[in-house]
Amino acid sequence: MNYPTNVKIVKLPCSGRVDVIHLMKAIEEGADGVFVAGCLEGDCHYQVGNLRAKKRVAYVRGLLEKIGIGGERVAMYNLSAGQGPRFAEIAREMTEKIRKLGPSPLRGAGNQPSPGPKTEVAA
Amino acid sequence: MIIAKPKPIEEIIETTKEFKKILVAGCDGCVTVCEAGGMKEAQIVGSALRIYFKQQGMDVKVDEISLTRQCDRPYVAQLEEKLKDYDAVVSMACGAGVQFLAEAFKDKPILPGVNTCFIGVTEAKGEWTERCQACGECILATTGGICPIARCSKRMSNGPCGGSANGKCEVNKEIACGWHLIYERLKELGQLDRFERPTSPKNWNTSRDGGPRKVVKEVSQL
Repeated sequence: MNYPTNVKIVKLPCSGRVDVIHLMKAIEEGADGVFVAGCLEGDCHYQVGNLRAKKRVAYVRGLLEKIGIGGERVAMYNLSAGQGPRFAEIAREMTEKIRKLGPSPLRGAGNQPSPGPKTEVAA
Repeated sequence: MIIAKPKPIEEIIETTKEFKKILVAGCDGCVTVCEAGGMKEAQIVGSALRIYFKQQGMDVKVDEISLTRQCDRPYVAQLEEKLKDYDAVVSMACGAGVQFLAEAFKDKPILPGVNTCFIGVTEAKGEWTERCQACGECILATTGGICPIARCSKRMSNGPCGGSANGKCEVNKEIACGWHLIYERLKELGQLDRFERPTSPKNWNTSRDGGPRKVVKEVSQL
């Protein structure tokens, strides 16, 4: 299973642990994009963790839109732990999407430039 | 508790964009519980401001802090040393907290980060509703524990009015008629005779009609 090396994984016990501030911090610290990989809807071990994550992702997208970063840099995907190939596909899809958007505008001024897109994934 | 909701980030940006060093000050009291202005929300506002300013190529320092309460002087005083490093403060507390900071730090612009809404309760996670208007003279003993001032759109002392239909208020079909609720509750309590004794017009002097209010409890004074 291959997926782009620019994807940095942050492991969490459940996507429900992802909070608004985590996604904001990733963007603030220069991630070009962040996607949350939660379990399939209806399959959460904690019942609603992935649904909570979905709302928080939507909230952050709205917030980033308002502050001029663009909400599309943050996304939510749902897949099961058994869908390794799907994970790789999502990682490629997200990387491609972010590549089209270009690097984070936050890495232009004073920050170290990164050679390729840097995408963070949670869960 | 006091219920507030976060101000739109655009509004906070508009009021802060002329400053170079901004402190976002949360409050650990009511606004933390109603998820509007605690440390968590202060961090989100702080992060959003940093992202915005950086992206605009503006060199602005934004930090966060949260005080135990912004409506008590000893906690407000904790900011004294720290504020020397900042040009302005976004207070995430209710209107009382914002004003108390402004009184304590006369040379610093104190900007509100939330819209203070009402005195209410947590109806469900993420949902808060109004229960009290702080009228200064509680009549809940005679109304089955349901306040007609806060729950009736017209604040009527004797109701319901003709606009009540199927338990809903004419102002909005989503709003329960306060007097309908009172009737149902008094029926359950076997106190429907309350409706045979209309209450006299309310003295609004204890409410806002008497101007800004003050409570003094001598035994508590030093």
